[in-house]
Amino acid sequence: MLCEECRKQEATVHFSQMVNNQRVVMNLCGTCAKRRGFSNPLKNIPFPLSDFLTSMVSESATKVDGQLTELTCPVCKLSYDTFAKTGRLGCGNCFEAYRQPLADLLRKIHGSNLHRGKRLRGGALVMEPLKEEARLKDELKKAIEAEDFERAAQLRDMVKELQEKLQAVTDV
Amino acid sequence: MFDQMAHKASSWLTAEGDEAAVVLSSRIRLARNIRGFTFPPYADPETRGNIVHFVRSAIDKSKELETGAFVSSDDVTEMQRAFLIERHLISPEFMRDQNASGLYISPDEKIAIMVNEEDHVRIQSMSSGLSLMDTLNRAMRIDDDLANSLEFDYDTDFGFLTSCPTNVGTGLRASILIHLAGLVLTKEIDSVIDHINKLGLVVRGFYGEGTDVWGNLFQISNQTTLGRSELDITESLEKITRQIIEFENKSRDRLLTEARDEIADKIWRAYGILRHARVLTSEEVMNLLSAVRLGAALKILDMVSIATVNKLLILSQPAHLQRYMGVELSPGDRDIARAKLVRDTLAELP
Repeated sequence: MLCEECRKQEATVHFSQMVNNQRVVMNLCGTCAKRRGFSNPLKNIPFPLSDFLTSMVSESATKVDGQLTELTCPVCKLSYDTFAKTGRLGCGNCFEAYRQPLADLLRKIHGSNLHRGKRLRGGALVMEPLKEEARLKDELKKAIEAEDFERAAQLRDMVKELQEKLQAVTDV
Repeated sequence: MFDQMAHKASSWLTAEGDEAAVVLSSRIRLARNIRGFTFPPYADPETRGNIVHFVRSAIDKSKELETGAFVSSDDVTEMQRAFLIERHLISPEFMRDQNASGLYISPDEKIAIMVNEEDHVRIQSMSSGLSLMDTLNRAMRIDDDLANSLEFDYDTDFGFLTSCPTNVGTGLRASILIHLAGLVLTKEIDSVIDHINKLGLVVRGFYGEGTDVWGNLFQISNQTTLGRSELDITESLEKITRQIIEFENKSRDRLLTEARDEIADKIWRAYGILRHARVLTSEEVMNLLSAVRLGAALKILDMVSIATVNKLLILSQPAHLQRYMGVELSPGDRDIARAKLVRDTLAELP
């Protein structure tokens, strides 16, 4: 369809308006539309990331000389090939099965591949440091009793460092 | 439940809260999955059924979610689904062809949890006006509550694991719904959107991804979810939003000083059509309401409140209209019913 104004270029902007309850549609080319002040404010913005996703996934797969496409997650049986087509992972274990290509992909998408947000509470993340803290405190008590103050100072620093780490794990 | 909802606007659209003249609502979404189960896009019906069961019992045990309703996809008709989409409680894809999914809604509709959307759990927290921090804190409390009963998929490097790589890490999408009528009128909107995009945020229309701009309403949200904390992501959206509000207010001031009569004419004409028209399409209503909303904010129209405009934005949509009328309507009849709803609502005002 040619532009209704200049009749030279292809009409790319289809502007509709209600005039006296009638829908009036104008088909204009980009230049004429701009001159008349019609524009869609969202037309130039980049597509959402998810639209680019599948091409980004396939790209990171082909980079690793094709071997990746034969990878399959042992838990949910999703192949990397399918992931490259759908852009959706199959289960939590896929992140283990495809750790390296995913780390590359996540860096491309987010500009980082290291989580700095809220930590998961409970479980091993908190239990292990807690056990370590109890062990160090026990040792510290013994060091003080034995008047080995150099060792006690060292242990006190270790406890403090561990508590800071624990704080980071449990903080939002 | 649906009948009660059809007669009132969602409480996150009451025009209360900070900056409500420009910002309609604030929204936080958290994506979570349960460890050891296939993600919804690939899960078989049995797994999906189990997930609904687990999440439902976790919701039952949660103090934050003590009251409210749980709707199963088996009990939702296509019309009710359209109604929930119009109310922004579910995404357009949710409950479409896959069964064994569910939705929790709190009595004030400020919390909605989708089960088996793209991820097992999608927590949504919504507030009126610009109130991102409170909205985030509410979502975090619910996340903590659910994590007491559910073991979420988590990796020490990657954070919370999600079906789509674009949500990995915090699983957080913070967004605001904003009315930028001034910037559209002064034609500065393109450069403002350009500026927002350069800051790493995404701008969309009223209904999310890939939708047109209706009623000069824009959704602005974070693009990335990994490498920054929830607080960081949310604070930066809040900061940029305050900047956009400043741009919008400046453009409104300029319109008032440089083109007061033209703007007042546009607003009064829009009000005149809404007050008297006999046939109105959804698109036309949205665009006229935008002008009236601007009029209310600029105190040019003092008989219409921003809350009334927000309410009409939701209630004039097709599924709401049909529920309000209690019958299914053809598109032509809908336009007639819509005009009547708008006339009646505006006539009720003192």
